[in-house]
Amino acid sequence: MDWQPLILTFQLAFVVTVLLFFISLPLSYWLVNTKSRLKPIIETLVSMPLVLPPTVLGFYFLIAFSPGNAFGAWLNEALGLKLVFSFTGLVIASLIYSLPFMVHPLQSGLANLPRSLTEASSLMGKSSLSTLYNVLLPNMKASLLTGVVLAFAHTVGEFGVVLMIGGNIPGQTKVASIAIYDEVEAMNYAAAHMYSIILFVLTFCILLIVYLINGGYIKKIWT
Amino acid sequence: MIHLDIQKRLQSAEGEMNLHIKCDIQQGQFITLYGESGVGKTSTLRMLAGLMQPDAGQIIVNNKSWFDQDKKINIKSQLRNIGFVFQDYALFPNMTVKENLHYATGKRDKSAIAQVIDIVELGELQDRKPDTLSGGQKQRVALARAVVQQPEILLLDEPLSALDLSKRLKLQDYLLKIHSEFKLTTLLISHDIAEIIKLSDQVFVLEKGQIKRSGSPEQIFINTEISGKFKFIGEVLQIQKEDIIYVITVLIQNNIVKVIGQESEIRDLHIGDKVMVASKAFNPLIYKIE
Repeated sequence: MDWQPLILTFQLAFVVTVLLFFISLPLSYWLVNTKSRLKPIIETLVSMPLVLPPTVLGFYFLIAFSPGNAFGAWLNEALGLKLVFSFTGLVIASLIYSLPFMVHPLQSGLANLPRSLTEASSLMGKSSLSTLYNVLLPNMKASLLTGVVLAFAHTVGEFGVVLMIGGNIPGQTKVASIAIYDEVEAMNYAAAHMYSIILFVLTFCILLIVYLINGGYIKKIWT
Repeated sequence: MIHLDIQKRLQSAEGEMNLHIKCDIQQGQFITLYGESGVGKTSTLRMLAGLMQPDAGQIIVNNKSWFDQDKKINIKSQLRNIGFVFQDYALFPNMTVKENLHYATGKRDKSAIAQVIDIVELGELQDRKPDTLSGGQKQRVALARAVVQQPEILLLDEPLSALDLSKRLKLQDYLLKIHSEFKLTTLLISHDIAEIIKLSDQVFVLEKGQIKRSGSPEQIFINTEISGKFKFIGEVLQIQKEDIIYVITVLIQNNIVKVIGQESEIRDLHIGDKVMVASKAFNPLIYKIE
């Protein structure tokens, strides 16, 4: 069996999760604290990938990043970035596609902490960054874990976006979900089974661990 | 010295209210804000702390302008150096008692920590997390945490209201000790007259967003014509007629006391009234009980 699609899948999920964490943290902090009128619009945009078919997203990425049009050509010439049918393109598409799965838990985690914690910390002369790092984040570990795991698992499970913008290049864009589709089309059910069962077991285990930890069943290792 | 002259439009339960607080507070004084809920006591503290922005006016503390609407000055709460004890304690759940105190002092002088821990008797609780503490213990930690940063002003937002009487009395003693030790200018919100008389130098009575009266607790709450030797504040529990006199049952702290009164004395008295019980000519007996 070819392990490459699985390795690529987890590489993609790892890179996307790490980047998403650092993008989503300031974004959700802003969403919780802002009084801006733009807030509902930004919230809507963040949540769109939840309901929009992934193929729609993939389709527009394909059009936008295609070297055949101005923006894609500029990216290619000025920055040397080829985003269509490449790993980098997959990462960027997945960032947007998995954004709500990271932002929503972080946002609700931050919003659920009593305001007085932030206020007390700032009255002690601490900067917002120090308050976030020392007071807020340590008290919303469950939300952090949920966000990280959901974003990871969701990136592992994506198909439509990848198919549209990534295609099926081994070692580049052929992730596990695409490989399964590929093997089924080729009537190679045994290989399809292998990929499927591995993904099935892994995602089951990851989510189970989250629920065990957040449900307080494994309290000792998480306090 | 604190000079406060601030205005803020607030939404209260009875509609819109214009909060307008104007007062001067001397260095090192213990001030109590007294008044019904919704008259703007907490908002006043929050504006002083920089957690809420006044619509107009100015706040000057020790000749420094903290807020001035006309000059567009608004010093951030981080730079005001205020110790604030919140109603919900606001202890950081991820830190132990000791860590809470160390976080509060930050890079500043930590010399007060040991002394404060001693005063409020936190020695044995130092390594516990806030979740494992009782309400009274949490309150002591919150008080200690506000004091160790050696603030210019100490603000106490009804810190004692959630505690039962014996804990409350103990905490009042801690507050007195801390006040005499650190001489912090202190603003307390309280509804408890006995507590106010025990603790404060001056009382501001707030009504509908304004300071209606101010003065020493005795001036505000006690009729100064009576110069009794024993004076206690209590609450009327019961008024009973017995032959030609009346027996008034009064709750003084956690003791029930029966006082005899004449018809003329009980005329304006109702159950639930706050009263002062005073006595002049008698010879008290003292017994050691502990």
